[in-house]
Amino acid sequence: MSLVLLHPDDNILIVTAPIAAGDIVTVEGAPIPAATPIGIGHKVARRALDAGDKVLKYGAPIGSMTAAVNAGDHIHMHNMKSDYIPSHTRDAIDQRNGS
Amino acid sequence: MIPAWQRSDGRKGIRNVIAVCYLVECAHHVARRIVDKADRADVQLIGFPGCYPNSYADKMMKAIATHPNLGGLVIVSLGCESFNREGLARAAEKSGRPVETLVIQEVGGTAATIEAGLAAVDRVRTEADRAERTTMAIDELVIGTICGGSDGTSGITANPAVGRAFDRLVEEGATCIFEETGELVGCEAIMADRAVTPELGRELMATVEKAERYYTVMGFGSFAPGNAEGGLTTQEEKSMGAYSKSGSSPISGIIRPAEVPPSNGLYLLDVVPDGEPRFGFPNISDNAEIVELIACGSHIVLFTTGRGSVVGSAISPVIKICANPETARRLAADMDVNAGRILDGEASIDEVGTEIYERTLAVAGGQQSVSEALGHQEFILTYKSFEPTGPACLPRARVA
Repeated sequence: MSLVLLHPDDNILIVTAPIAAGDIVTVEGAPIPAATPIGIGHKVARRALDAGDKVLKYGAPIGSMTAAVNAGDHIHMHNMKSDYIPSHTRDAIDQRNGS
Repeated sequence: MIPAWQRSDGRKGIRNVIAVCYLVECAHHVARRIVDKADRADVQLIGFPGCYPNSYADKMMKAIATHPNLGGLVIVSLGCESFNREGLARAAEKSGRPVETLVIQEVGGTAATIEAGLAAVDRVRTEADRAERTTMAIDELVIGTICGGSDGTSGITANPAVGRAFDRLVEEGATCIFEETGELVGCEAIMADRAVTPELGRELMATVEKAERYYTVMGFGSFAPGNAEGGLTTQEEKSMGAYSKSGSSPISGIIRPAEVPPSNGLYLLDVVPDGEPRFGFPNISDNAEIVELIACGSHIVLFTTGRGSVVGSAISPVIKICANPETARRLAADMDVNAGRILDGEASIDEVGTEIYERTLAVAGGQQSVSEALGHQEFILTYKSFEPTGPACLPRARVA
């Protein structure tokens, strides 16, 4: 069991053991091969989501989708954003300087 | 009962630390050499690097100099800096602590002040050892909590487990403090529902809105690249996880740095400066928050981490609770409690909460926390500015 549902209203599941690319994960009863490796603490879609959909975790909104995903897809910085303050990564200064 | 040191202001300490305190970066080296040469775990370095006056730093340092875990103070001043060394010494003396002040420009330079400082530490130590011994109960403890190096596991293991420990401590009469309003962005409405009065609920909302405005001006949220590597995507996702450290008790009030809660119960520490942003990020690193929790009287700080922080603190022990089972294996020798067992299916949140509660009492009773045993004594204090706390923030104090 490598995925956990934190709240019945959630549209994401939390990874509780590392997933390797090609591993079969079970999402809502359906077996889905993982496209990429996904680490502990990361999120996967519980069902198909569209750009603009609110992402729900702990039963509360934690941001919005910026791209559509299928059930079982990894949800992170590449397809989701904050509704408050943008998140930053280690290359934040380089990105701002345009280098 | 917990063995303790009785202080003249009525408070009780679980440690009897001698702090060597530099009042400007120019005195840092001399103060550090005094602490290094004293070579005792209970002789610790604290200080403030700036030469310009700042009422926040003055208030913070006085709060630390009169903290119940502090047995005595040796002040190391260069001589020309702005910090009011006499005022600091008076505050510590008034609280019954032995205090000595060394002014490098008067004592005669680096080597002479290090030598004089070692002798001063000995005298202060001797007097601090005579402090009255007593015992204290759980309802006299002040416990703070912070998370650092959070990841996607923090909010589902270590943080809710600390929440359970907080619920039990509050129920037994202790005073508990949670903080970092920048990491409560997105939780303001659910948090406001837990306030003991509607006015306090509105203040809780306003405090988080202030944090959001401040961080927006800074251009970065309270979010580190490691948070993202560990699976957290947004500020509000991190916030929801961080918020669970507060447990489910009613929220009794909002305090500012260096304010001791007026009664027992659960308090939010507002760490974000008031007014226009002036001195940069609210807290430049986790230890700046830990120092503020300690200045509010925390005897112990519960620190949850997913990515794996190794820090401790001067003055008050820091207990490390590891959220992530992989980190717990890699950094096992830095952690007091392994909450990653929850993800491995080996323990429940309640069981880990009980373990945190028991570990807290053991460390209060004199057992060293892991970071203490490893010699971690971090301390950082920088510039900030705050307005006085409004009456709606402390409804219980107003009634009393």
